[in-house]
Amino acid sequence: MTAKRSPRTADPAAGGVEPRHPARQPERQHTGMTPTQQEISAEIAARRAAYLGAGEVRHHPPRDYPPYRGSALRHPREPLVAVHDPEAAELSGPVFGATDVTELDADLTLGHTGEPIGERITVTGRVLDRDGRPVRGQLVEIWQANAAGRYAHQHDRHPAPLDPHFTGTGRCLTDDQGRYRFTTVRPGAYPWPNHTNAWRPAHIHFSLFGTAFTQRLVTQLYFPGDPLLGYDPILQSVTDDAARARLVAAYDHELSVPAWSLGYRWDIVLDGPAATWTEEDR
Amino acid sequence: MSELPTPAQTVGPFYGYALPFPGGPQIAPAGHPGTLTVHGRVYDGEGAPVPDALLEIWQPGPDGSRSGAPGSMRRDPATGGHAGRDGVVFTGFGRIATDADGNWAVRTLPPGDLPYLSVCVFARGLLHHLFTRIYLPGPETDGDPLLASLAPERRATLLAAEHGPRTLRFDIRLQGPGETVFLDFP
Ligand SMILES: [Fe+2]
Repeated sequence: MTAKRSPRTADPAAGGVEPRHPARQPERQHTGMTPTQQEISAEIAARRAAYLGAGEVRHHPPRDYPPYRGSALRHPREPLVAVHDPEAAELSGPVFGATDVTELDADLTLGHTGEPIGERITVTGRVLDRDGRPVRGQLVEIWQANAAGRYAHQHDRHPAPLDPHFTGTGRCLTDDQGRYRFTTVRPGAYPWPNHTNAWRPAHIHFSLFGTAFTQRLVTQLYFPGDPLLGYDPILQSVTDDAARARLVAAYDHELSVPAWSLGYRWDIVLDGPAATWTEEDR
Repeated sequence: MSELPTPAQTVGPFYGYALPFPGGPQIAPAGHPGTLTVHGRVYDGEGAPVPDALLEIWQPGPDGSRSGAPGSMRRDPATGGHAGRDGVVFTGFGRIATDADGNWAVRTLPPGDLPYLSVCVFARGLLHHLFTRIYLPGPETDGDPLLASLAPERRATLLAAEHGPRTLRFDIRLQGPGETVFLDFP
């Protein structure tokens, strides 16, 4: 019998189908029915209304955000303890250099025996601190699904094809203006088990270091005009409209390379204090 | 403050082939006799181990230097793979993914002028990373003002416990009874 590829909605009781993406549901099942998109969207709207009603600007997502079900058991209930110590070690941070990256690392379409499937894109922008100063010579790491929405990670069981010519990891150091630049393919959307018919919008995961450990940032870049943006509880966890918009890159025709690639621009601002060092001290 | 920050997002479940690197947990130079092993487990709000958390450690060097050094994730320019640390330079940075049982371990040298290792926690389900500290046993920890400001049961969550020769245990509880103290740097 030919094993049939099963979409996520397949009846798990049916014979011969793949398991229902067990690694995408590693958490224990909680009581209750799997919520519908309508229910999740209503929760998203309620959280946004509550945020607007509170009248206080919040740039980062709350760690307790019920529409993202995976957050339920993984956020602290106690308030964070504020540290005001000017000698705190976290006001300094790790550094990286030429030994930590290779030149090929910034082009995710290289390193295989052929070209990956997908729409070739370049993503570039500047990494700044909250004072608008460029973050120079620091490490930027990215990872993403391939054009079909599948990660080269063995826990990803989404029945979309792996691409033998695409792994989906890259890194680079920012230049003297704080600029980074990656060449890759546009990732595909993919399903996930948060609720029935849950789909992550296309996104690229970013990891960034600033001049201090306090400025550490892991985030995701989204693409303009993606119809899934409004349905996604992970993006919508950023309840401030302007802050959420800062996670969406801009298509920039000037960055598109004729007959080669489409260009996106995305600037990143790292939050958090740093030691009040001058450039000469560094 | 002229720029508005880019919001954080969860690291998600699939960072494992991108962020961890060989030698990530080995901050101490290879074979250093002063090497300290710190290990523990990450738990969720129901006490279940978290198999998809990523911890990062930052600390001053044994000489107290806070400048760090490149070379945590040296690459092999010939193969494009990881070359590992050079076994000499102390970079002050480590990165460790929890295993399928939620366990992690790091090998390092105690910082020169401070009694703690700084920790940044990432995980699927965690929308914004969390900072905490691993305080090492000693007189400096006993006199630390941040620890002194905490209630005893809260303070205890930041103290690494002796767990054998040059080995310390430090568990991280993201939520619930014994919840780890997490820090904010405004
Ligand atoms: Fe993702």
